[in-house]
Amino acid sequence: MEMTTDALIAITVLWGFVFIYAVMATMDFGAGFWSMFYINKEKTNATNIANRYLSPTWEVTNVFIVAIVVALVSFFPGATFILGTVLLIPGSLILLLLAIRSGFLVFSHIAKSYEKALTYVSGITGFLIPGLLILVLPLTHGGYITVEDGLHRLQLLSLLTSPNALSFVAFAISSTLFLSSLLLADYSNVSDEPEAYYIYRRDALIMGPISLLMAFCIMLTMRTEAAWLYTRMMDYLPWLIGSVATFLVAGIAMYLPSRKSGRTGRPRIAVIAIVVQYLLASYAYGRAHLPYMIYPDVTIQSGFTHPNTFRALFITYIIGFAILFPGFIFFWKMFMGDKEYLRQKNS
Amino acid sequence: MDHLILARSLFGTTMGFHIIFATLGVGLPLMILCAELLFQKTKDRDYAIMAKRWTKGQAVLLGVAIPTGTIAGVQLALLWPGFMEVIGKVMALPFQIEIYAFFIEALFMSIYVYAYDRLTPRMRIFSVTLVMLGAAASAILITNVHAFEGTPAGFRILNGEITDVDPWAAFFNPSFFVTAAHVAVSAFMTGAFIIASIAAYKMLRNKNNERLYQFHRKALMMGLVIGGIFSLLTAFNGHESAQMLHEYQPEKLAAAEGLFETQSHAPFTLGGFTDRETQTVKGGIEIPWLLSFLSGDSFDTVVIGLNDFPEEYWPPLFVHTLFNVMIIIGTFLIMLSVAGFVWRKFLKKDRFPKVFMWAFVLSGPLSLIAVEFGWIFACTGRQPWVIYRIQKTADVVTSSEQIGVLFILFSLVYAILGIAVVLVLLYYFKKNPVEKDIAKAANKDINV
Ligand code: HDD
Ligand code: HEM
Ligand code: HEM
Repeated sequence: MEMTTDALIAITVLWGFVFIYAVMATMDFGAGFWSMFYINKEKTNATNIANRYLSPTWEVTNVFIVAIVVALVSFFPGATFILGTVLLIPGSLILLLLAIRSGFLVFSHIAKSYEKALTYVSGITGFLIPGLLILVLPLTHGGYITVEDGLHRLQLLSLLTSPNALSFVAFAISSTLFLSSLLLADYSNVSDEPEAYYIYRRDALIMGPISLLMAFCIMLTMRTEAAWLYTRMMDYLPWLIGSVATFLVAGIAMYLPSRKSGRTGRPRIAVIAIVVQYLLASYAYGRAHLPYMIYPDVTIQSGFTHPNTFRALFITYIIGFAILFPGFIFFWKMFMGDKEYLRQKNS
Repeated sequence: MDHLILARSLFGTTMGFHIIFATLGVGLPLMILCAELLFQKTKDRDYAIMAKRWTKGQAVLLGVAIPTGTIAGVQLALLWPGFMEVIGKVMALPFQIEIYAFFIEALFMSIYVYAYDRLTPRMRIFSVTLVMLGAAASAILITNVHAFEGTPAGFRILNGEITDVDPWAAFFNPSFFVTAAHVAVSAFMTGAFIIASIAAYKMLRNKNNERLYQFHRKALMMGLVIGGIFSLLTAFNGHESAQMLHEYQPEKLAAAEGLFETQSHAPFTLGGFTDRETQTVKGGIEIPWLLSFLSGDSFDTVVIGLNDFPEEYWPPLFVHTLFNVMIIIGTFLIMLSVAGFVWRKFLKKDRFPKVFMWAFVLSGPLSLIAVEFGWIFACTGRQPWVIYRIQKTADVVTSSEQIGVLFILFSLVYAILGIAVVLVLLYYFKKNPVEKDIAKAANKDINV
């Protein structure tokens, strides 16, 4: 199947957004979960650390999900047509959860007397969202969409009972908890909060192997359920092996002593290694998936937008990022790089 | 109810809910910016307190504005997949550019709210300015898609295929500037009157506490001045919007006016209900010749009536009422703000009469009603088209079922969020009354 450079650029941009969102959202939803989980341990500051990360970032994270939808619609209107049709029910469920989650997250920071109840609502709903969101992936592997009289229909029940789809769900939830605890470990380390640090370090050490296991489950079940994708992914085996290797690097980093802080573990190295791990694995997955958007009906070519529109969009992407880049830097400096903000004791 | 009606009700409910928070998200940042500027200019701490309190309110509202907007965006693709296919091919630019506007707003809103104490006054003003520009730009850009639906441009459909796509021609479609400007200025106006409403209510409550009374009077005057300016702009620009309809969507204007026969010297009918059988507006007040004048700036402008169009293309006739309410509210609020300003600044009166005060209290809710009615008029008045004269709403609706259940679920969640947001705002401002902020500011003065 032929793929033009335009379509390849477009799918790369889309994939980039999906990757950034996947990382930011797991941290976002995971932080929400942990801030709920540790809400009764007032002494450790674990909840405060999670909130300090969450408060300024959830809005920015949310823009990425909108950016994904917009990139999908504008680059691949043909795929949007089918996805839009079959995703009505699961998509709406995600939207409903997202609305409750964002709303109550904000409310919980304002209405202090009801903070606990509100945090529970946002923590639990947020924790379910990644599990539902990821269902879009197995959906595109084929077999769950039937066509009757030219109308596309989702076989929701067979999707929800497929071992492969369920492995994806389990993977999404465990990696949400894994990535977020790892990031929060790093965040508490920089913030000089040793108690919170050791809590999140422990959580990361538990969740890491579990999510790796889930990833293996995905591959195992994919072999029977989406054989085409499995065989193609095996062509990218070196990437997958590299991905497991970086996982091990992260694991080792969490046990190395740090001379600077005097604590066990070098969380910054671990975070970087894990991001590289996900990058390698999702590159192998994405590459193997091409040229299909939805197997076997829609390829990136068949659903592609009008070339004139693509060109105009491409220009705005370049200008847009040139304008936004300083904004992101400033934002990073304010909330991730400012020691004073990170070390504030009581907020 | 049939499938199409349910889908329209679901989308309309989402939009009707989002627009409340979205409009305030555009209007309040302007008020916050003005308060910051006034504070820098006068060094009167009351303005800094206002900016801080309004920002808190705005941050809470964003908790609903953002998820409902996300819902709106995704629902467009879920409910109207055929429509979004055309938009993706032809009119993707505004959606794309809107993302940058969202980013700017989200980044600088977080910076302004969570790094407030670490910013210099100039950086604060810079941040709020970007928040305001980001919000206004997102409103303008999304409205551009709506404008495109009414006056499509930049493509042709040949045998079902989309060809000759010119995305910039689609972007600068004929009604873009007028419509986007109307939405922006009406949002600024609404933000200002909402502030005026709250301030007036608080003044009624704190008649005997001079300090608080003065504080709220400053906020009221700000609201009235800014609201007054923007309501004038809204009205002038609304006049242009009507002329745009006259040129590009004549059946919408005819339905808005309940005009059945094509005529010059057409009358403008205020109020009343359009009756399909007798082809008249029952109970309305007719102002002779005015409609012709509004449509083309001269009394002998010929205005096309509904009978010149096949009945299946008629918009629903109740849009007449929506259009009228919007205009009446607009006119009333212009008069109200001028009267309030004259009373205070020229007659130098210290207190406002009670009727005045209650009218101020109503001004914010009235603006919001005008926004709601204006939108329902604009979207429903386009029926049966989703893209005027090119694509019918009935042809683009999703083929998936169970919209009824979703409609109930979404309405439920909007109800929960709507109630919760009101309770949270009441709770917060009850816990942190103005007195507390004033005292805090005074202490700071001593410390400095
Ligand atoms: C505070 C709110 C407000 C106020 C006071 C007015 N409007 Fe408005 N109007 C809107 C808020 C609004 C809106 C909600 O923003 C709409 C919906 C769609 C749009 O473009 O703007 C709108 C639409 C809208 C349209 C339809 C545009 C279309 O169908 O595309 C017309 C013709 C007018 N307005 C005209 C007026 C006139 C002559 C006014 C006289 C004072 C007026 N509006 C006051
Ligand atoms: C935010 C304020 C808005 C409100 C309150 C609103 C209201 C509505 C309502 C009530 C409907 C159903 C129409 C009917 O059944 O008669 C509708 C339909 C629709 N609106 Fe709007 N709308 C708003 C803004 C927009 C904007 C900015 C766009 C452009 C992106 C838009 C695009 C649509 C589309 C595509 C439909 C569905 C197809 C149709 O019924 O024509 N709306 N809207
Ligand atoms: C004219 C009516 C509308 C106005 C004035 C408006 C304005 C706004 C504003 C001010 C926000 C908050 C932005 C932020 O803080 O990031 C917002 C959010 C949003 N709106 Fe609307 N909007 C309108 C209609 C729509 C429609 C029709 C859609 C769907 C296509 C939409 C999609 C969104 C999305 C996706 C968000 C969330 C952005 C985020 O994640 O930050 N809006 N809107």
